[in-house]
Amino acid sequence: MTDTATAGTDVDALRALADRVAAQAGPGEQVEAYVSQGTNTSVDAYEGEIESLTQAGSAGIGIRVIKDGRTGFAYAGSHDDDIVADALAEARDNLPFAEPDEWAGLAEPDGVAATALDVHREAVLATPVEDKVAMAIELERMVRAADPRVRGVRAATYTDAEGAFAVATSTGISVGGRSTIAYVSVSALADDGDASVIAGGMSVGRAIDEVSLAEAADDAVSRLLAKIGSVKPESAVVTLILEPRLTATVLGIVSGMLGGEAVAKGRSPFANRVGQQVGSPLLTIVDDPTNPDSLGAEPYDDEGLATRRVPLLDQGVLQGFLHNTHSARRAGTASTASAARGYSSRPGISARALTVLPGEGDLDSLLATVDDGVLASSLGGIHSGVNPISGDFSVSVEGLRVRGGERAEPIKEATLASTLQRLLLDVSHVGADVEWQPGGTGGVTLLIPGVSLSGR
Amino acid sequence: MIEDPTLERVLARALRTGGEFAEVFAEDKQSGNATLDDGRVEQLSSGRDRGAGIRVVVGDTTGFAHTADLSEQGLLTAAEAASAAAREGGGGVREIALTRRDVASPSPVSVLPDDVPKADKVAILRQADEAARAAAREISQVTASVAGSRRRILVANSDGLLTSDDQVRTLFSVSAVATGDTGMQTGRKSTGLTIGWELFDRIDIDEFAVEAAQMAITKLRARPAPSGQLPVVIGAGSGGVLFHEACGHGLEKDLVDKGASVYAGRIGELVASPLVTLVDDGTIAEEWGAFAVDDEGAPGQRNVLIQDGVLTEYMWDFLRSRKEGRPNSGNGRRQSYKHLPMVRMTNTFLENGTATPDEVIAGTDHGVYVAKLGGGQVNTASGDFVFGMQEAYLIEDGEITEPIREGNLIGNGPQCLQDIEVIADDFAFGGPGTCGKDGQGVPVGDGCPTLRVAQLTIGGTSS
Repeated sequence: MTDTATAGTDVDALRALADRVAAQAGPGEQVEAYVSQGTNTSVDAYEGEIESLTQAGSAGIGIRVIKDGRTGFAYAGSHDDDIVADALAEARDNLPFAEPDEWAGLAEPDGVAATALDVHREAVLATPVEDKVAMAIELERMVRAADPRVRGVRAATYTDAEGAFAVATSTGISVGGRSTIAYVSVSALADDGDASVIAGGMSVGRAIDEVSLAEAADDAVSRLLAKIGSVKPESAVVTLILEPRLTATVLGIVSGMLGGEAVAKGRSPFANRVGQQVGSPLLTIVDDPTNPDSLGAEPYDDEGLATRRVPLLDQGVLQGFLHNTHSARRAGTASTASAARGYSSRPGISARALTVLPGEGDLDSLLATVDDGVLASSLGGIHSGVNPISGDFSVSVEGLRVRGGERAEPIKEATLASTLQRLLLDVSHVGADVEWQPGGTGGVTLLIPGVSLSGR
Repeated sequence: MIEDPTLERVLARALRTGGEFAEVFAEDKQSGNATLDDGRVEQLSSGRDRGAGIRVVVGDTTGFAHTADLSEQGLLTAAEAASAAAREGGGGVREIALTRRDVASPSPVSVLPDDVPKADKVAILRQADEAARAAAREISQVTASVAGSRRRILVANSDGLLTSDDQVRTLFSVSAVATGDTGMQTGRKSTGLTIGWELFDRIDIDEFAVEAAQMAITKLRARPAPSGQLPVVIGAGSGGVLFHEACGHGLEKDLVDKGASVYAGRIGELVASPLVTLVDDGTIAEEWGAFAVDDEGAPGQRNVLIQDGVLTEYMWDFLRSRKEGRPNSGNGRRQSYKHLPMVRMTNTFLENGTATPDEVIAGTDHGVYVAKLGGGQVNTASGDFVFGMQEAYLIEDGEITEPIREGNLIGNGPQCLQDIEVIADDFAFGGPGTCGKDGQGVPVGDGCPTLRVAQLTIGGTSS
């Protein structure tokens, strides 16, 4: 069951397993089983050969038991009956040591109908492995052939995967589903004086015929060549130009600060600010996993509730927060179906398909309005330099200086600093160029004046 | 976990289509943790992940498959999947005879985390919460967690190697949020060793929690960090991450071979200030990155990477050392049985210098003192790295003065190594770390004495 299956995952079997576990709830007990299973194929090409070919499957189950407000949890990386039974017993054994929580409880059916979404492609399972290998090898060849300045390729990869899940509770939830994803990614190297530069590109879809080798190769090569000759810039206060994929990165951080658990526990600077202006009037942000354009689209969240459109900012005014069942109960509201988890953890909260409502213009037309700016091509050190509790924002940046509306010299060894609160308020232009990113977020070009650039 | 004759049959099956080398890596990992947040012990969690990864190598190509089914049939099926990449080879029947070669663990364990009464775990969390909240009225939130794991691994390969390891880890962390007129600030303290629950015999839980709280409180009065280049004094301990990023990754032989390292082709050259001696050592007893054997079955060992400023050696994994016919350095590691091994650091640290920490600070006219570094990342091709300041202060006229807000520091690896001006004699290991590379996280340790870098770029907002 957990080895290299070539048939698609049987979602009904996963549901049946989840149902069997949930049905074991004793008097006064709530039981939830979250069951997942997946298969993946991954090919790395190097110098025209297969460097590695991985074909594998994995499975897991996470079990929550709640009684008298106390929660116990256990998980296992197997669906074998005896191991599942052990996990249920262990979750019950853990339960008495947790302290009572008046908001503890599993999701219950809330009448919201799931959106029909076409997120599964049989092609992931039906495509011969030779064709997947050919994709990785061709991608490497295309990048090496694209420009004489390309010195080498660090990695060229094709990956596709099918993931399936089911969740059942003793409170009446029983759902399941499966989806597929495929992507190619490549990172290319070029010489730059005594040192090297490296840049990556990727293309993502739901199956092999939805990814574009040319898109990934062009992305990597154009970013690579743009970096050659980078210099450390003078420190300055500049207008930050965020291209759609970096807007998506920043939106992801902001959405984490809008999670109901962080808010309830006093870990978000946006707590108690619903109805207030927390962003530029140009910013309207929603999380909508029912939007089929997003690779984050899912009919259900990981507690088994139907996903729905969640408004977060409307013309800069904070509308509300993302909730799972627990944080919603605590806040006295309904879940926004934003529960997210793997089998080895209890449900957290996450956006799936964030997007900014488009404004006007695209990267080029907005850049032409910037007198003194930085067009960022990559941001680094996000996990170490951005604090979602204080809002402190300090990241390394590579990209281009922009002067008089024109692209100027490439820069490196520099940082951008502000606070997340300021960045949201200071947005001066929102582009119309929505680009859906691999993580599911739809980014647009943003202009943000007044950001500190540190260099020489 | 798996009987020897089964392993021999699985390895033989893996080579049937012409593979040159086959390996079974089996893993059985038990994890248990307890978390307190928002004044409440929220949950105890227990987990078990068990399975095997099988790889088959032919030429420069590796086939890999993994399975959670450790029965002979499950392993044979995975072996066939892993051998798919070698399908064009000649094939044949090879007999495999395994010889057990075990290595003593560098870290004796007294009390397995799984044997500790759950009530005792809860009591530690309660004590930490109370101590952190009592530290100051500004403390508005506290999280504490204890976690223990036991990871048993077995490695068998077609060279006849059979070995195993039993790796125990215990981790304790406390995070606090302080709220004041200037908003919220955070403090965090963590400790982790490759030992059992005896970790808590060595910690004063109250003191530990108060330190996390004090860090958050101190930062409430922090000024914006400076922007631009300044001399930076890195405190002993957590500063080891500087070397992990500035040069450690660049000395991993897989990156060197692909031309993705600024240190490629530079063995024997002066790459750092002559004050610098850098070591990676998987045998440091109890440290977070220690083990008896790595995830390819090679014994952990001490590797001097830079001696008195001269680059002496890279870090190697099995495949690369085998290809070049040289000894393995014991740096082949993987996140789990679901992952292929690659070159990884273990415990990476800078050796002591001769100055005193006071001399290092007093000799700095105007700069920044970083008491605690957070995580970082590096672009090994350019050598540009970044890491976070979790707790930092201004140095004015040779004295530590005001705290500054969080932010990143950036530099270039080769330049930074040359720019190390002075190293003190107060070596300490830092806290437990998780190093990420190509999507895999492995536990690592690092350490350093107090030192000064002539200049790094500080990513603040204050000009």
